[in-house]
Amino acid sequence: MTRREFLRIFGATAAGIGLAGGITSSVLAGEKAEKVLPVLKKIAADRPPVVWFQAAGCTGCSVSLLNAVYPDIAEVLTKIISLQAHPTLMAATGEGALGVFEEAVEKQAGKYILIVEGAVPTAEKGLYGRFGEDERGDLTLLDWVRKLGGAAKAVMAVGTCAAFGGIPAAEPNPIGAKSVGAVLGRKVINVPGCPPHPDWMIGTLAHLLLFGLPELDEYSRPRLFFREVIHFNCPRYYDFEKQRYARHLGDEGCLVFLGCKGPIAQADCSQRLWNNGVNWCIGSKAPCLGCVQPEFPDKLSPLYAALPEEKLRPKIHPNEKKKPGETK
Amino acid sequence: MSKKIIIDPVTRIEGHLKVEMEVDGGTVVEATCTGSLFRGFELIMRGREPKDAQQLTQRICGICPQSHGLAASLGLEEALGVEPPENARIMRNLMQGINYIMSHILHFYHLVALDYVKGPETAPFSPAYEGDYRLSKKENEVFIGHYRQALDIRKKCHEMLALFGGKMPHSVTSVPGGVTEKPTVDKIVSFQWRLKEVNHFIDQVYVPDVQAVGKAYEDYFQIGAGSRNFLSFGVFPLDKAHHQRLFKRGVYLKGRAESMDVNKIREQVKHSWYSNETSDKNPKQGTTSPQVQKGGAYSFIKAPRYAGLPCEVGPLARMWINGDYRKGVSVMDRIVARALESEKIGQALEGWLTQLKPSEKTCRHAAPVRQGEGAGLTEAPRGALGHWIRIVEGLTQDYQIIPPTNWNCSPRDDLNVRGPMEEALLGTPIKDPRNPIEAARVIRSFDP
Repeated sequence: MTRREFLRIFGATAAGIGLAGGITSSVLAGEKAEKVLPVLKKIAADRPPVVWFQAAGCTGCSVSLLNAVYPDIAEVLTKIISLQAHPTLMAATGEGALGVFEEAVEKQAGKYILIVEGAVPTAEKGLYGRFGEDERGDLTLLDWVRKLGGAAKAVMAVGTCAAFGGIPAAEPNPIGAKSVGAVLGRKVINVPGCPPHPDWMIGTLAHLLLFGLPELDEYSRPRLFFREVIHFNCPRYYDFEKQRYARHLGDEGCLVFLGCKGPIAQADCSQRLWNNGVNWCIGSKAPCLGCVQPEFPDKLSPLYAALPEEKLRPKIHPNEKKKPGETK
Repeated sequence: MSKKIIIDPVTRIEGHLKVEMEVDGGTVVEATCTGSLFRGFELIMRGREPKDAQQLTQRICGICPQSHGLAASLGLEEALGVEPPENARIMRNLMQGINYIMSHILHFYHLVALDYVKGPETAPFSPAYEGDYRLSKKENEVFIGHYRQALDIRKKCHEMLALFGGKMPHSVTSVPGGVTEKPTVDKIVSFQWRLKEVNHFIDQVYVPDVQAVGKAYEDYFQIGAGSRNFLSFGVFPLDKAHHQRLFKRGVYLKGRAESMDVNKIREQVKHSWYSNETSDKNPKQGTTSPQVQKGGAYSFIKAPRYAGLPCEVGPLARMWINGDYRKGVSVMDRIVARALESEKIGQALEGWLTQLKPSEKTCRHAAPVRQGEGAGLTEAPRGALGHWIRIVEGLTQDYQIIPPTNWNCSPRDDLNVRGPMEEALLGTPIKDPRNPIEAARVIRSFDP
């Protein structure tokens, strides 16, 4: 699904339901969506259950999700999917909240999509991260990820912590933080980024719901969003070709010698842009940190140091494969 | 007979928190707060390139990354001996200010409101605690509309921050030496235009909604006082040397205003899952050594104390110390102070925008040093935030962080004195132990 198709499908919701013009109380209350496009109706009819769980993270992925521009996030969360549980948004607290997670495992096994944000602490039997308790004592984030992940229809690991371990797993990894995939031993769709762009998260979820599993790369990331390296689509690429390099932060020129990880970071930031298109990392004259990569942060540190010479010039531009007559 | 109530997890906060209470005769008589997640940022920072701190430590909090990045930048600037240009000071104020407003709006509408307003009968707004929702059906409906409008406004706040910060959450431009982004006129205008909309929302929707909730739940001006000591590191410097700030640096102890001396801060760990040998240290000498099985401990949060006293931090503390708000100390006073602070900052932002100089420098080169130390003291939306760095042989040797939640949600200290939130819970009436919504209101008023 291209960005255009995605926007066609989801961008239509606001207009279709007549919300664009104003804020009404019925918006969140489950008003009948009669004018919804058929394709949306297909999803909305069942309102597939989604359970969001937070392990060792910072809530940044959740906050980024709320930054979605199109589709309207309130609409997605309350009408398109059935967001059964989300620790930052759910009304229930304490036992009531635990009950919601338990109910998903017991009554909706094999039906819900699990989204995990944050890495999973595994050292000391998981006791670095606790979440509720039962008659035997404290339950851990590790217990919950296993339980929720085991019974889920599909699992999405959002953010670099959940996808690859990220910063909690950085040396010396005091809590034995692991990725969700490493803990579950099952197919997990990784949507990395620190945080991930809201379009990546919602787009991947939409793909799962509309067309099934998206095409994934070697790191289990949807190719749709994580394909070309940023370097080739960077507005400063011409500076790189002309060997005009920035020497200090804030200078003009290509940022590779200030630690820019654009030559290895596979993401569409330079085209998609962030926060309603107002800016992005290199756009703000700061080097790309490579936050979507499994190497982040340890193998990309020091963050402001240049990549090794051999990595500065990526081998093949992915678009070269598309050239007429190319046989590869 | 007293009864034990456990709220675990406390949802609609940032992080993982558990609260345990004893209720006797319908009132809370004992309380403990447990921070139930350890990630070990202070340990992860060791041995790294010092400048990486401002990127890595932002990831402590996805709601206030800007403040962590700033605290780290300030600490590094002291250690590296570099002074950012005026444009950088102003841009940082703009970014920090708009993130305060983002955070305060998110806190009221999306984290706290569901304790006072009945949400729609659909997941994730249902199930919820039962009983004691006092708004009329019509008021309730209007409020739910504002919940949604607030989602849009907080998103715009992030757009404004990203104009100067690159992206949000986790902006990239504030570095030791200044800010990489340039304050071009198109960005200034774009910020300004959105600011008008945000300030309109604060004045016409947020503040009136807070007043309406305060009226309907007037008894909450009497509930949840806590330690009654306040601390603020001060924030939004108004001049190059940080002599004047929009919110003053200071403490308010046992009814008296005093100046703040950072040397009087100690972090204690008798009741925290850290080695006892590391207790009672000033963060400059402090270290972090987890002991997850330590007996008698119940939290990953350390217990910071100022002159031996637990202190509340946050909007009410800042507004109190600044003399902007001194009506009372309670659940509702915290919520009101947060809204009034948003109003004050929104107005200040308008002025700061006009002080930017598009053609002037935003960043100075910060040359690395072999040895050095620095403290970055600022205020996150939810309260005082300090980062302390020590550089040896060009690398980070030690890094200590005291985030606001350490102050507010601290466990008992070495003298077994409760933290501010624990203290605030005492005396809270609980009508129905199965639905302890009153306690949830006390807890969330701190924005933990």
